[in-house]
Amino acid sequence: MYIIVVGAGRVGYYLTKALLEEGHEVLMVEKNATICENIVDELGSVCIRGDGCEAATLTEVGTGRADMLIAVTGDDEDNLVACQVAKHKFHVPRTIARVRNPRNEILFKKLGIDVTVSSTNIILENIEEEVPTHPLTHLLTIRDKGLEIVEVKIPDDSTTIGKPVKELPLPPNSTLILIIGKKHKPIAPKPSTTLRAGDQVIAVTTPESEEALRTALRGS
Amino acid sequence: MKVVIMGCGRVGARLSGLLDNEGHIVTILDTDSYSFRRLPSNFNGTALLGNGIDEEALKRAGIEEADAFVAVTQGDNRNVMAAQIAKHIFNVPKVICRIYDPLRHELYNTLGIETFSPTTIFAQILKEKLES
Repeated sequence: MYIIVVGAGRVGYYLTKALLEEGHEVLMVEKNATICENIVDELGSVCIRGDGCEAATLTEVGTGRADMLIAVTGDDEDNLVACQVAKHKFHVPRTIARVRNPRNEILFKKLGIDVTVSSTNIILENIEEEVPTHPLTHLLTIRDKGLEIVEVKIPDDSTTIGKPVKELPLPPNSTLILIIGKKHKPIAPKPSTTLRAGDQVIAVTTPESEEALRTALRGS
Repeated sequence: MKVVIMGCGRVGARLSGLLDNEGHIVTILDTDSYSFRRLPSNFNGTALLGNGIDEEALKRAGIEEADAFVAVTQGDNRNVMAAQIAKHIFNVPKVICRIYDPLRHELYNTLGIETFSPTTIFAQILKEKLES
């Protein structure tokens, strides 16, 4: 695949390296001359100096035949415009934008960017996983379906301990997938499976039902 | 008319003054409070510290009731992004956006945003001056 990467910061650099190793044809576009030279010295001629939001630069790098454009500069507005120019002027089939401000994810989707990656949200989710007392942890987001896979821990004082799964008031669009007990091996829950203190429950849900799912599993 | 202007540079400040003089309700946004010095001393509108690509800042500026939004910061991309938020999220009836880069200006015009490129306009004026 021919992939254009806009922005040669840390994200752009490691992304390009990984894509090159996978055998793709990659070209980076970077405004800063020094950064550009350093990359050319190290990786060969894979970096062009220029503004990746400018149609003239994108013409120069052959965006018309690109299969994908990934914009990973540090500024949301630059990433948005680079992707929009690629999409609407050069008809690049797939555009991916890095988003710093998580609120911009919805906006970018609305404005036609195919995929958005929010670095802030990813870091937050990872930290969340490491905070043991956190009641609900996001494990995975299934974007195009609006679903997410979450983990809920059952604390020792939970009012739902000993109750079978079928009696829990689970919200719509929520399904329990797996229960990992403290001492037992992981099981796929049946309606009669009862919750125990310390269980880790893995479930699929929607962002809107998250709170209701947490309450259903842990009691109020 | 209620107008929200983003960017209190020379153009933004001057436009604010002109509209304010005619009795329009003007709110001007800038990320640097120092730029508000450019506003005329008799300016009756609101000068608000904030970034126009942030929905919250736009709401504080009263974008939800605005009749028009004008983006005139130094950054083409910031202008384009703010203009798209104003148009597609807040449905402001009239949105105008400055884009220096002539090629990007053409593109966003075709995408339904009213844009103008001072580069093209000014070069044309200079050429005509030289030829006359």
